[in-house]
Amino acid sequence: MESLTINSLSELQEIKAREYVHVAMRKSADEAKKYEGQTYRKNVLICGGTGCTSSSSELLISTMKDELKKKGIDNEINVVRTGCFGLCALGPIMIVYPEGSFYSRVKVEDIPRIVEEHLVNGNVVKDLLYDETVDGDNIKSLNETAFYAKQKRVALRNCGVINPEDIKEYIAVDGYKALNKVLTEMSTTEVIETVKASGLRGRGGGGFPTGLKWQFAAANQADQKYVCCNADEGDPGAFMDRSVLEGDPHAVLEAMAIAGYAIGATQGYIYVRAEYPIAVKRLQIAIKQAREYGMLGKNIFGTGFNFDIELRLGAGAFVCGEETALMTSIEGKRGEPRPRPPFPAVKGLFGKPTILNNVESYANIPRIILNGAEWFASMGTEKAKGTKVFALGGKIKHTGLVEIPMGTTLREVVEEIGGGIPNGKKFKAAQTGGPSGGCIPMEHFDIPLDYDNLISIGSMVGSGGLIIMDEDSCMVDIAKFFLEFTVDESCGKCTPCRIGTRRLLEILEKITSGNGTLEDIDKLEELCYYIKNNSLCGLGQTAPNPILSTLRYFRDEYVAHVVDKKCPAGVCKDLLSYTIDADKCKGCTACARKCPVGAISGSVKNPHTIDASKCIKCGACMATCKFGAISKQ
Amino acid sequence: MDMVNIKINGIEVSVPQGSTILEAARYAGIEIPTLCYLKKINAIGACRICVVEVKGARSLVAACVYPVNEGMEVFTNTPAVRSSRKMTLELILSNHDKKCLSCVRSGSCELQKLCNDYGVDETKFEGAVTPSEIDDSAAHLVRNNKKCILCRRCVAACREQYVSVIGANARGFDTNIGCSFEKKLAEVPCISCGQCIVACPTGALTEKDQIDEVFAAIADPKKYVVVHTAPSIRVTLGESFGMPIGTNVEGKMVAALRRLGFDKVFDTDFGADLTIMEEANEFLDRVKNGGTLPMITSCSPGWVKFAEIYYPEFIPNLSTCKSPQQMEGATIKTWYAQKNGIDPKDIVCVSIMPCTAKKFEVKRDDQSAAGVPDVDIALTTRELARMIERAGINFQLLPDEKFDSILGDSTGAGVIFGSSGGVMEAALRTAADVLEGKDLENVDYHEVRGMDDVKEATYHIGGMDVNVAVCSGLSNVAKLLDAVKAGEKNYHFIEIMCCPGGCINGGGQPIQPASVRNFVDVKGLRSKAIYEADANMPIRKSHQSPAIKVVYDEFFGEPGSHKAHECLHTSYVAREKY
Amino acid sequence: MQKRISTLPFNGTAEQKSRLDAVIAEHKSQRGAVMPVLQAAQEIYGYLPIEVQEMIAEGLGVSLEEVYGVSTFYSQFALSPKGKYNISVCLGTACYVKGSGDLLDKLVEELKIQPEECTSDGMFSLTACRCIGACGLAPVLTVNDDVYGRLVPKDIPGIIAKYRQ
Repeated sequence: MESLTINSLSELQEIKAREYVHVAMRKSADEAKKYEGQTYRKNVLICGGTGCTSSSSELLISTMKDELKKKGIDNEINVVRTGCFGLCALGPIMIVYPEGSFYSRVKVEDIPRIVEEHLVNGNVVKDLLYDETVDGDNIKSLNETAFYAKQKRVALRNCGVINPEDIKEYIAVDGYKALNKVLTEMSTTEVIETVKASGLRGRGGGGFPTGLKWQFAAANQADQKYVCCNADEGDPGAFMDRSVLEGDPHAVLEAMAIAGYAIGATQGYIYVRAEYPIAVKRLQIAIKQAREYGMLGKNIFGTGFNFDIELRLGAGAFVCGEETALMTSIEGKRGEPRPRPPFPAVKGLFGKPTILNNVESYANIPRIILNGAEWFASMGTEKAKGTKVFALGGKIKHTGLVEIPMGTTLREVVEEIGGGIPNGKKFKAAQTGGPSGGCIPMEHFDIPLDYDNLISIGSMVGSGGLIIMDEDSCMVDIAKFFLEFTVDESCGKCTPCRIGTRRLLEILEKITSGNGTLEDIDKLEELCYYIKNNSLCGLGQTAPNPILSTLRYFRDEYVAHVVDKKCPAGVCKDLLSYTIDADKCKGCTACARKCPVGAISGSVKNPHTIDASKCIKCGACMATCKFGAISKQ
Repeated sequence: MDMVNIKINGIEVSVPQGSTILEAARYAGIEIPTLCYLKKINAIGACRICVVEVKGARSLVAACVYPVNEGMEVFTNTPAVRSSRKMTLELILSNHDKKCLSCVRSGSCELQKLCNDYGVDETKFEGAVTPSEIDDSAAHLVRNNKKCILCRRCVAACREQYVSVIGANARGFDTNIGCSFEKKLAEVPCISCGQCIVACPTGALTEKDQIDEVFAAIADPKKYVVVHTAPSIRVTLGESFGMPIGTNVEGKMVAALRRLGFDKVFDTDFGADLTIMEEANEFLDRVKNGGTLPMITSCSPGWVKFAEIYYPEFIPNLSTCKSPQQMEGATIKTWYAQKNGIDPKDIVCVSIMPCTAKKFEVKRDDQSAAGVPDVDIALTTRELARMIERAGINFQLLPDEKFDSILGDSTGAGVIFGSSGGVMEAALRTAADVLEGKDLENVDYHEVRGMDDVKEATYHIGGMDVNVAVCSGLSNVAKLLDAVKAGEKNYHFIEIMCCPGGCINGGGQPIQPASVRNFVDVKGLRSKAIYEADANMPIRKSHQSPAIKVVYDEFFGEPGSHKAHECLHTSYVAREKY
Repeated sequence: MQKRISTLPFNGTAEQKSRLDAVIAEHKSQRGAVMPVLQAAQEIYGYLPIEVQEMIAEGLGVSLEEVYGVSTFYSQFALSPKGKYNISVCLGTACYVKGSGDLLDKLVEELKIQPEECTSDGMFSLTACRCIGACGLAPVLTVNDDVYGRLVPKDIPGIIAKYRQ
């Protein structure tokens, strides 16, 4: 077999030049023109991220290929399975280049029409396009839509653009050029200085300066050092790391190799959640291809630098996102955190100096090397440079991944990018940082999102989950939800987290069931500060944040639960009562028939009543009533 | 040594670099409480009771694992520290049975002491408790996880003993210490050493208490109840009555046993001398007649069970000699019973042992010289202390009394069985005399003494070089046996003790709290007392004991005789690991 | 939650054993091999009964308790077999906010089993899982590899019926 190994920059550039021809049309119409005739007539990109795969994008791809074959144009049209485009709520997503037509929620039965009308006859199927790209007769490009216009894609630059299972497409968009640059042109110190100067901070939650981490590990002498990648993204609602791994796995491999060079490590480990099968598969393919092309392994680019990567799968333990727990887990043990110091830069994996960065942090590295630290540092705020990917979810029109410059305000994210709150409801709070974070209330709606600002208001960026809540969300219930998660995921090693979080949850349960007292709120708060101050690892230290931040901004809701025995948002079942408005009730008996416990009585054509002692608050009556006569309080 | 200067509670101290805050605080005369930390065994920073404030740190830090650095300022007694420790205790108590009144560890419980010190409200947090059941399946111990605080000292101790049959299972609030697949301890390859018990800060792990059985036997007029005490008990029992570690209380111990009502008070040291007679003879026989070498001692029942489960290939290497406990019992129920016209069935032989595995050993097959078990009940040092307490005996005020003769008569060689290296040294004293054919003046074999994991020596005796090794603690033992197996080591004779340091550190010994164990060389002090006892003995070689002469002349004939084999030797079986 | 230990008799085949032996041999010299081997063993056997964990402990030279401790720490390791169809309800934030708890309640009611249990005919098992990342489709559940999104409780009987056939 012919060797695929790339030995030099010129060989890399050769592949790039050859491959770029095929991806050029995805960049811009002008680029498309340049290579007209040298490549496919059109590129059809179909999202193969987890969200779209869940809604049958694989079937779309195969149907599309069959249909093209039937029409005899399969040689003219390049069908590419990409990573995530970000707009998951609209999936499955398909984009046709060079025109950039954005088809959303595509169904299998739409495929023949798209092929016939668009790919054969050249007429975009307007009624299947994402409605925001249709402006009368005009069709807007994706980048002009509200969702994308304010975004700045650095970490996600290749997601939804290239085929993640083809290293050549990665090379076509300057892949592995940064690795070549550091190995052939830069000293290890220069690499570290560049990363430091870029101002990149850890994207996994802590926000520790990445370059500084590298510098510490580089300074420690050892016979072996390790470069680890934290792909154990576990915050409920966050999935940016998965998207990068699914859409651009080589960027992570390249960055890890660069880190290996910088600190003097020859072995890397990627610890990825086993819950991400597509990401795992793409990483496996990427590692295999990178080895074939000599981008991993011995003597990379003929420079004598050796670096290889092993994939390790998590097995369902949120705590393994904590750095020392992750390393303990790679060591094959129960993923329990270890006390620090010693820090991993001194004594990490297998007792050797180790750096651990998360996926999104790594994804930025090749661009920082190629475009320079100044370029990266020009984005963002004074203390937080670059961009951050947020996973926008909850009560918001456009759920999905958004990458925005640090310092973008929450209002911009919610109202402009996210398209606002659906069903005419009002914004109540945004939850960031998952179970380690807190809530941002309306009063901070204009806060520029960055590490320090969020910390100052009692939340944190975390890995970037951004869950929007409207007036129907009970903040005590939300706090309880996160505590349930933390209790479930506590490793059980240290006392404050193992027992303390359980007691927090029990107090919250007491409050939401209507049995709480004002003393309970005080005890809750006291216990929160204790756990924050005494826990062994970050998981425990931040576990009380969802309570502390809701207590800070929504204390009145807690008080309502314990004093008035009411849940203002109407969520906590035990505190609800359903009533029938006698004026509106027509006596149709529908509700009485629906009630599973026979709590509703009344005769035909006369107003009905609900026996509160029998009512189980299931809400079936309210959903049944056609006259809006039933309300809950 | 590089020193760093730090300030603790405003006191300036200079401490060795690499010290933890906990260690450094000692230099400033400040105690920091601990629960999960056990020096050299468990340093995991889990319980959080040792938290202190460090200037500039974001949160409180665990003093037991936090290294000091130059200029560090530490505060160990601030309101935040005190309230945190108190709340940690209150949380622990919310998942604890709080039945101190009936707990055998009441008074020696580390948790109880701290709760008292910090004035906790034991009902501050009430809520779910982790479900658990009492495991009393094993012969030697009882686990009650309702008292477990998940410090994991027992897990670390079990890992140090190589076997790791207990560990943390499940996660979070459900985390519990137990065996694989929720099996009972009797169903897993536990070697009964009891190191987990002496590591436990609370009453979650206790020896299986048999003192009621002993009181009942004493109260039974038809029973002739004999007791004998292992070599190390005399230097450890005093600790249970507040005496300094390493105090020899042999005389008071004997007096106490008489007052408890035992018909005879004998000394297992006699059995140890007897063991030397048989074992030295067996060794010489193996050397002369091409028997399996290296020969390995078999006094330690934890070690024997370990070999049977984990290294069955070494069973042929094990000396066939019964342990001193069993030899003593066998002699009582054969020679002594005959001589005094007592039916062995009416004798209840009680032993006081430093060891929980002895409770298992008495139940082994092939340990019934007179057709009844050689020893009926093996009590630990701790159980004896409780008997003395319960009987209302004021130990401190007791006079010194002597063991009953002749099964209470012994030599210095017998008493050193209590410390790692003692069996080897005792055997060498006899073997050397036999091989050289004279009464050698030197009886001190310093090379095999001390608390090192492995001690090796080569002695030129009777025209040959005898390579010996002494090893204690089963992790060390496993390494040594692997080296022997691989042919990297070539020994003639190996002494192996299950517990690190030997019987003075056995799983049945008085429990010293971590606050002592972390800063005091408990093993060293106890061992020192053993060798002092040896040095003070008029006779220091087993074969010179007049009592030994009597039993051979009257009953066993000579070492290795048919009779001796019947009564004093045993056999071993390979045991399944799963 | 304590994991349920299977009480069903172990019926591993010689073919499965030889596959596990190969996995153990492949990982024996690798550092931290316990997890990858447990993962592979679960692939082979579907769950990790004592017989399998003993082979792993013996093969890798670690104690059975250590292997068991690892297998009970991570939620993905199963000590009892899964149903032919494992129904997993996402309780991630987005799904929870959109009512996935009601889906789980409905499944408990329909299948008459609690989460982490398997129906007596071996057809269905039920689990609650964390975010699977299909937040745009919330609330979602998966049946083996099939994903169902934007569900309401009344969709549940239909989904179950589809697999009962």
